[in-house]
Amino acid sequence: MTGTEYRNLALFALAIAVVALLPLSGSGYWLSIGVTIAMFTVLATSWALFSGPTHYISLATAAFFGIGTYVTGLGFETLPFWSLIAIAGVIGAVLAALVGLATLRLSGVYFVIFTLGLAELVRQIITWAQNRSGQKGLYVLTDIDEAGIYWMLLALAVAVWLTGWLIGRSRLGFALRIIGDDETVARHSGINTARAKVLLFMVPGAVAAMTGAILAPRYVYIEPALAFTPMLSFQVVIMALLGGAGRLWGPLLGVIPFTLLWEQISSTFPNQTTLLLGVAFLIIVYVLPRGFVGLIEDARKGWSRREGYA
Amino acid sequence: MDILITGLLLGGTYALIAMGLNLQYGMARIMNLANGEMLVAGGFGAFWLWTAGQTSPLLSVFLVAPIAFALNWGIYRVMLQPLVRRARSRGQLETDAILATFGLSFIGVGLMLAVFGGDYFSYSYLARPIQLAGDTYALNRVASFIAAVILCGLLYAWLNHSRAGMSIRAIAIAPQSAALVGINVTALAALAFALGGAITAVGGALISTYLTLDASTGVVFTLKALIIVIMGGVGDVRGTIIAALLLGVVETFVATLIDPGLTLAAAYALFVAILLFRPQGLFGKAPA
Repeated sequence: MTGTEYRNLALFALAIAVVALLPLSGSGYWLSIGVTIAMFTVLATSWALFSGPTHYISLATAAFFGIGTYVTGLGFETLPFWSLIAIAGVIGAVLAALVGLATLRLSGVYFVIFTLGLAELVRQIITWAQNRSGQKGLYVLTDIDEAGIYWMLLALAVAVWLTGWLIGRSRLGFALRIIGDDETVARHSGINTARAKVLLFMVPGAVAAMTGAILAPRYVYIEPALAFTPMLSFQVVIMALLGGAGRLWGPLLGVIPFTLLWEQISSTFPNQTTLLLGVAFLIIVYVLPRGFVGLIEDARKGWSRREGYA
Repeated sequence: MDILITGLLLGGTYALIAMGLNLQYGMARIMNLANGEMLVAGGFGAFWLWTAGQTSPLLSVFLVAPIAFALNWGIYRVMLQPLVRRARSRGQLETDAILATFGLSFIGVGLMLAVFGGDYFSYSYLARPIQLAGDTYALNRVASFIAAVILCGLLYAWLNHSRAGMSIRAIAIAPQSAALVGINVTALAALAFALGGAITAVGGALISTYLTLDASTGVVFTLKALIIVIMGGVGDVRGTIIAALLLGVVETFVATLIDPGLTLAAAYALFVAILLFRPQGLFGKAPA
């Protein structure tokens, strides 16, 4: 590691330490916003780990998230909480591998379509199973409070960033960058493209399921319509792309403003949130194709050029 | 036996909807995820004309179709053509089109929620029983099926025998070469996209006579249409029709024999089977 990398690491650790102090401020409102931001940071960053280099739009977040909440809902009485998070992660990764094996060998459109309906599919199956066993929802009564959830999510976020950083330095990350540039070239230079994509897709699958498992105590009562809300997948896509999926820290730049905006809109005009999602998608495509990261990088480039001429 | 016929009746309307999407994705090369919203909008149009003036849905189709055609033509010209121009590869166009049409789809849902509210809407049109081969069926289902068959037939003939239709098929197969032999690709892609939208809206008007819709059901129909198009083979009209009938029958079987809440799971089972065994579509040739 070079000197700049040590410096960046120190700054990163310092920033995390400062952010971790939020629950001590005593403000319930800001803590609940903080939990939401931490949740979307984890989801959007792990989403961008896969979709950034491959340009495949995954809409499966809600499915993995919902499965995670159900793992906690079904197991919190018999198993310790930390083991539930691990189990959720494993289930998420296995499911992601299965989805990936079925669709990632083919063109990207099949993948998008498949993930689009995945949450709804799992929801239908769970609803059906619940109807057969006669129960409607699950109560999740634990002694975990908002601050605990916040710290767990923060730890998960750190883990996601470290994973992303390690993948970026590994052979897998190198292979993925080539796949993102030109898949034909990647295949001709001996990269097993399907295997690389499936492996990488397991990361957001596992992370989203773990996030769901951590957040289940917050909901207290979970039922399929709540746990598998399809809106979640779209929010994650918008936040990650708004920030910029090409950089590890990019999604964070989208998560914070969009979460605050979303909270504002949904408390003042609760019926217009779908409209907000639609407009955000159009802005991403027509105005900010590389997200805020692209904006910052363009500004930097312009700045250094002006200095060079002076 | 009556399950089979109910399924085929449902599949007929599905075929019409999927045909609309196939024109947009197979021919105009735009993966339109706002397709289902166009369907619901068509259904709303028929509902509104029925409650306001007792206009029969089978007639209001003639008003819904031109409006949807104009709307989709405008959408293609204003929003999607710039994306086609700037795309460097097919993959990039697909990603851009997916994101843009997601935006359109959410805006469509938002507008319909604002105008019509979030309630389910349904009306009673031709809800009379009719005898077919010893069993009874609702007349509105049969009428929709017949209308869908007529429209599919017309579309098939148009694509196979008219100059414009054959040019559109040429674009579907090889867009670059089509331009070389003097086909105006831009104009015809816009035409195919607009026509696809109009057909989907008509399908929506027909399906609203016997299914209950609400502002946010569009995505389910988008999914089903996508699954049908992939199952039948992208750009393959005959495959689309057969895949739609198959989906209608399988869904009806699952809904009546197992649980009506599992229709999407049934569609997915078909989808996974196709992806695993025949990713090029039912009648597609394996890629060389």
